[in-house]
Amino acid sequence: MATQHSRSAARIMMAPAVILLLGWMLVPLTMTVLFSFKKYLPLRGGDLGWVGFDNYIRFFSSSAFWPSVQVTLVIVGGVLAITVVFGVLLALLLDQPMWGQGIVRILVIAPFFVMPTVSALVWKNMFMDPVNGLFAHLWKFFGAEPLSWLSEASMQSIILIVSWQWLPFATLILLTAIQSLDSEQLEASEMDGASPLARFIYIILPHLGRAITVVVLIQTIFLLSIFAEIYVTTQGAFGTRTLTYLIFQRVLESQNVGLGSAGGVYAIILANIVAAFLMRIVGKNLDS
Amino acid sequence: MARSITQRRKAINTAAAWAVGLLIFFPILWTILTSFKTEAQAINDPPLFLFFDWTLENYAVVQERSDYMRFLWNSIIVAGGSTILGIIIAVPAAWSMAFVPSNRTKDILLWMLSTKMLPAVGVLYPIYLIFIRLGLLDSRIGLVVVLMLINLPIIIWMLYTYFKEIPGEILEAARMDGATLKEEILYVLTPMAVPGIASTLLLNIILAWNEAFWTLNLTAAKAAPLTAFIASYSSPEGLFYAKLSAASTMAIAPILILGWFSQKQLVRGLTFGAVK
Repeated sequence: MATQHSRSAARIMMAPAVILLLGWMLVPLTMTVLFSFKKYLPLRGGDLGWVGFDNYIRFFSSSAFWPSVQVTLVIVGGVLAITVVFGVLLALLLDQPMWGQGIVRILVIAPFFVMPTVSALVWKNMFMDPVNGLFAHLWKFFGAEPLSWLSEASMQSIILIVSWQWLPFATLILLTAIQSLDSEQLEASEMDGASPLARFIYIILPHLGRAITVVVLIQTIFLLSIFAEIYVTTQGAFGTRTLTYLIFQRVLESQNVGLGSAGGVYAIILANIVAAFLMRIVGKNLDS
Repeated sequence: MARSITQRRKAINTAAAWAVGLLIFFPILWTILTSFKTEAQAINDPPLFLFFDWTLENYAVVQERSDYMRFLWNSIIVAGGSTILGIIIAVPAAWSMAFVPSNRTKDILLWMLSTKMLPAVGVLYPIYLIFIRLGLLDSRIGLVVVLMLINLPIIIWMLYTYFKEIPGEILEAARMDGATLKEEILYVLTPMAVPGIASTLLLNIILAWNEAFWTLNLTAAKAAPLTAFIASYSSPEGLFYAKLSAASTMAIAPILILGWFSQKQLVRGLTFGAVK
């Protein structure tokens, strides 16, 4: 009846969003791919012509590439492990009956709202400073020699900072999932004499499977491109140069656009592999 | 008997949860406390927790020396502007996908989501170049557009999941009664959609406020929002803990407050409806 009319109206209403996102995706992406096949040095001669796969080979075989991939994976893996394990424990704890639950929830979620530059700088100066940081005081209190954390234990420090930022996200999503668990099932198993551990392994954990997957995938996408945390702490020094940071340095600091763009294409491929998994889960959810 | 056991368990839970909660919140608390100390007290050994001479001096100094209000204003314009612009573009799109779905709707939604997965660093130079050519580098309008585009998929998705929950029969009934498309949107849909739009607005202001890749790379002195302002503290001169804390507290306070209101919507918004 009204379908024909509303169909075309719907198409017109969708057009601005679709066109904008299409442009946002295609224009810069095409430029990146084009640049990646060129020798392009804006400050030293500009566009110096096509070089085929030279940039890809050079980026791939440069001594900085594999360490940066490794650093990226260690940070992503470390943060994921910490946030998921502690997120599950914290969600279980917050799900228990207690006084002041609302306030505790707010305390736990708060770090997620702190802008990355603030959390990185606060941790760097007020906690990890080898002289005046709180960690230094704590170490001295126990008679240990304070470290220069961000240079001597740089990866652990970065992982700690980023985990602190993302733990609230994991906790919140896992808590939401736990709260949707059918309590009758738990009560029945309790009456049947299942121990708390058995209940956790056989009922709660399987129920959380999907939420954990979503947490892992979404965090991976954001963590693959963390930038500010490195930018204001180590600037990529002390073995903390991620792939994102390496590309940033090639493109904006040394202005080697061709090389950086080839790196960018690698980063896009890496992100797309992860994204493909996430999309499948989200897509399934659309059908139900 | 059973009652006293559960009371005891509740007390243990409460103690454990509060301990963990305070531990996680501690860096923020410590920052806020330090912002009220003098610089000398801020690095006192042993650290001073509550018993120091509370002062507001740092807030005055930060404002005076670095023109804090200008950065704050940039943050408000960029976060607010990009969100409002995004919602204006997203509402019609989400509406049509929720109420006039075609067999391509799912693909379009997933494709929109996939644009969000594009790593920013992969397109850094093209955007940088386009900004230079168009004279948008270090301008608020340029930043508004970029942040709108990176958050548009999330805005559309959130609105879509909210609109999906509005029963279609009500709209059909309105149509039967002779409501035009405009009337249908204005008088039937909008009142029911306001809560969803409000939460979308809130979450996206938070995301845009805290965005720290484009805001750091596309601004200099003029259009820099608070993220970039705080980053300028990474190369310290002399005693600066108390001032850093005051600047940080001012930068995060508005969003902490907004965030507490939006914690329920956070889950839906950031998992694209996969966890509710």
